[in-house]
Amino acid sequence: MAERTIHTTAAAMISAFDAHRPPEREIIEDCVHCGFCLPTCPTWLLWGEEMDSPRGRINLMKLATDGEIGLSPQVRGHFDACLGCMACVTACPSGVRYDQLIEATRPQLERNTPRPLGDRIYRALIFSLFPHPRRMRFMLPLLWLYQKSGARRVVRSRWLQQRLPARLLAMEAVLPPVRLRRRGALSFALTTETPDAAPRTRVGVLLGCVQRVFFDEVNAATVRVLATEGYEVVPVASQGCCGALSIHAGREHEGLRYARRLIDAFEAARPDAIAVNVAGCGSVLKEYGHLLRDDPAYAGRAATFSAKVRDISELLASQPPRAPRHPIAARVAYHDACHLRHGQGITRQPRELLRQIPGLDIAEPAEADICCGSAGVYNLLAPEPAAQLGQRKAANILATRPDALVAANPGCLLQIASSLAQQGHPLPTFHPIELLDASIRGVPLAGLPMTSSHVE
Amino acid sequence: MTDTTASPAVAHTPTIPAITPRIVAELRAMLGDDGVITEMAELRTYESDGLASYRATPGVVVLPTSTEQVRDVVRLCAREGIPFVPRGSGTGLSGGALPTPGCVLIALSRMRQILAVDLPNQRVIVQPGVINLHVTQRVAPAGYYSAPDPSSQQVCSIGGNIAENSGGAHCLKYGFTVNHVLGMRVVLANGEVADLGGFAVDLPGYDLPGIFVGSEGTLGIATEIILRIVRKPEAVVTALAAFPHTDAAGQAVSDIIAGGVLPAAIEIMDRLSIAAAEAAVHAGYPESAGAVLLVELDGVQPEVAEQSAQVEAFCRAAGATEWRLARTDEERALMWKGRKSAFAAAGRISPNYIVQDGVIPRTALSAVLREIEALGARYGLRVANVFHAGDGNLHPLVLYDERDEGAFERAEALAGEILRTCVASGGSITGEHGVGMDKRGYMPVMFSEADMATHQLLRCALDPERLANPEKVYPTPRLCGETPGVYRPHPLETAGIAERF
Ligand SMILES: Cc1cc2nc3c(=O)[nH]c(=O)nc-3n(C[C@H](O)[C@H](O)[C@H](O)COP(=O)(O)OP(=O)(O)OC[C@H]3O[C@@H](n4cnc5c(N)ncnc54)[C@H](O)[C@@H]3O)c2cc1C
Ligand code: SF4
Ligand code: SF4
Repeated sequence: MAERTIHTTAAAMISAFDAHRPPEREIIEDCVHCGFCLPTCPTWLLWGEEMDSPRGRINLMKLATDGEIGLSPQVRGHFDACLGCMACVTACPSGVRYDQLIEATRPQLERNTPRPLGDRIYRALIFSLFPHPRRMRFMLPLLWLYQKSGARRVVRSRWLQQRLPARLLAMEAVLPPVRLRRRGALSFALTTETPDAAPRTRVGVLLGCVQRVFFDEVNAATVRVLATEGYEVVPVASQGCCGALSIHAGREHEGLRYARRLIDAFEAARPDAIAVNVAGCGSVLKEYGHLLRDDPAYAGRAATFSAKVRDISELLASQPPRAPRHPIAARVAYHDACHLRHGQGITRQPRELLRQIPGLDIAEPAEADICCGSAGVYNLLAPEPAAQLGQRKAANILATRPDALVAANPGCLLQIASSLAQQGHPLPTFHPIELLDASIRGVPLAGLPMTSSHVE
Repeated sequence: MTDTTASPAVAHTPTIPAITPRIVAELRAMLGDDGVITEMAELRTYESDGLASYRATPGVVVLPTSTEQVRDVVRLCAREGIPFVPRGSGTGLSGGALPTPGCVLIALSRMRQILAVDLPNQRVIVQPGVINLHVTQRVAPAGYYSAPDPSSQQVCSIGGNIAENSGGAHCLKYGFTVNHVLGMRVVLANGEVADLGGFAVDLPGYDLPGIFVGSEGTLGIATEIILRIVRKPEAVVTALAAFPHTDAAGQAVSDIIAGGVLPAAIEIMDRLSIAAAEAAVHAGYPESAGAVLLVELDGVQPEVAEQSAQVEAFCRAAGATEWRLARTDEERALMWKGRKSAFAAAGRISPNYIVQDGVIPRTALSAVLREIEALGARYGLRVANVFHAGDGNLHPLVLYDERDEGAFERAEALAGEILRTCVASGGSITGEHGVGMDKRGYMPVMFSEADMATHQLLRCALDPERLANPEKVYPTPRLCGETPGVYRPHPLETAGIAERF
């Protein structure tokens, strides 16, 4: 017979979570089981299963908290499958902080549910590479060689595609085209850019890891736009990874170590604002205060730090534009990175900046609230669902018939570009700041051929 | 409302055969490994629907993708004598999709294809797992929409809508789900596939779709549904009127309808639900108002303009302190979003709450609201009110904090008293959320023994073995063939009911 939950003896049972920051029962109990979050959840869209929906995952947390289920590998699988896109947080009318729940659950699983050896090695590999720009840059010549020699064609041949592990292929598929000159591209951040007119604010720019290695031109554009718009860009030397990838994967210890170091680095430069051009990094930076709340040495400093963090679009849209914009006659599809749209609630500002560009036509693809499957390193860890989501996203984007794709996160750009290419419709991809920079400077954008004739 | 003691259902239902490895193997052969869930932790995520205060674990969950798969699963259930329970998106508020312990739970969430769109004839064919709003999204570019719009339309499934005969704000003018279903393919409880209704309207013979709609999964499973779609009106006006008190808002509703205006929708929210909706979605409702009336008028331009002026006059005469028109589609969407989030947003103003659903004659509105207020005061609990004012469908939200000793029991008792008030005023125990598990004990309040026996005859004709969602809708499930014609409540149930009435 149906049993009533209200007065179960659950409290007396022992939680499957350990005592170090388990997901909070009060937050779990905020969920009223209405299901409003289901249709925005990418995994529910893919599989239609309750345990791979936000409501189901919260239910699993509740059952584990009540000690009614253990943290089996099977249960962990449902949390691993969560992209952390936070679309459910935006959708929830009851204000359930699923972001805090999943952030508390992942490290618990890392500690309490050991992974098989192969998985451990693969994860160790990812996390010893991506948060380390220097190591990544070291690999660039190898990648360049791989792409220029015939090797890539061999790997992409049907025969090998059927035989190589899916995860390896996933990593290969999202590799951006490598240009060797990128190797030198860290220097600009070390020079101060001072605007002509009275500076608005002192801004430190986060360089990011993947961003700095593969998309250094985005950082360069960020600094140029800030300077022309009247911000004083201060160099922040020796900045490392922000820890976003690690924290989103439940590697709490490692992630917090990065966070502390980054706080140290920025404190030394004394910026008034910290500008971030990577959505995923930005949302973690804004959470440092929460993440380091129990660290007596850092709690206060982390909160101060987080209060200064602004997405680049947020910062620029807060002031009227100064420099004139030149036209770019192109139709671009704007994709909301989840960590901007859901993680930081930023949807208006990037569109506002793009609308400042004369001639630019901004298309809004369907299913804007659904993740593209990139989700940090998710596409490397769970390539199949990631690829399905990427295809779905690419199809929605192509339906708007754009000349280019614009998004504020390198992961999204790599993921969607790879899906577009697989559908036989590659598109040039840009960060919004690159368009703004090109428009301010009046230079054509590479890969956007039709702009050259229009931009004087 | 809730069965607090041993259940009469258990007393009467023969023990359910176990889901043996042989049965699981057979299911896997039908649906693939991926379509059968047996792991305990996973099964437990299917314990409840939108009414989370009930829970029970299914024996197995299956995820079919076609009519044939549903048919095969139901045939297996029939052969083995295992009850099955259909489930759509699991947003039901009466425990309709609550598993019968050990049952085969048939989740239709993978049957979500829109099979055909026939714009010239204004109909679509959908699988049952298709989300209500997705139908409208699909046909909107061509200027059509699907009219039934439950507040949960962003997530609830067409199958669930059919089973509950769901309605929403716009049902005053356009009717409930039943008015929009032309026909459907169903898998009956014995595993036979039947087509009910069809493409033509008003088919000869019994109105079989009419019987199936609202049956809450007790007559079988709908697997393909022919739905009507309607043209978007030429003009739409959405207005918000603020009143100092719900009485005045109720008066305005009576005046508007008596004045010959039939709005597409007319909704009232009281002070507490305004606060909840504001906290959740910042719809811009006047927070100081005692009640907000949302009115939507649609039709041809001149008519809508004229009606809008009339409605404004009625509202002002009834004491409206503010009258505001949505100027853009975004503003309109936001006005509705506040209303549609109201239930789920009640969590913002209270740790726990019970969503009640009752119907009263429109003319009794003020009297019943006052009575609810008095009841709330007597029980020491707050009651927020949201309602489809046009058809007298009330949704009182009884707010409580389960941490307070005995609060849940008091809230439940109060929710029960509210229903009794509705019935006494000439109304009904449910407007759109269905009976399910939650309200089956109230059926005898509405129906005589002879009425109930007639229901039972129909049910037995289609499901003699009582396998389709067996515990729901009717109190004491009797075996078919047992004392026909006379309804005899089970002693336990009599005790349970007696406690409440
Ligand atoms: C916040 C909130 C607001 C709501 N607002 C409204 C509202 O305004 N109006 C309204 O009417 N309802 C409302 N509801 C209730 C609920 O959304 C509806 O009853 C909805 O139709 C249920 O659909 P579902 O797909 O979630 O069905 P479920 O809850 O999964 O199932 C409901 C019933 O349908 C049966 N069923 C499901 N699919 C089938 C099928 N294919 N064939 C046969 N039987 C089937 C189940 O066995 C069960 O008895 C609301 C619910 C919530 C949580
Ligand atoms: S974060 Fe994204 S993937 Fe995870 S439960 Fe929420 S909506 Fe689903
Ligand atoms: S929308 Fe919020 S309250 Fe509703 S099920 Fe999802 S998390 Fe729970």
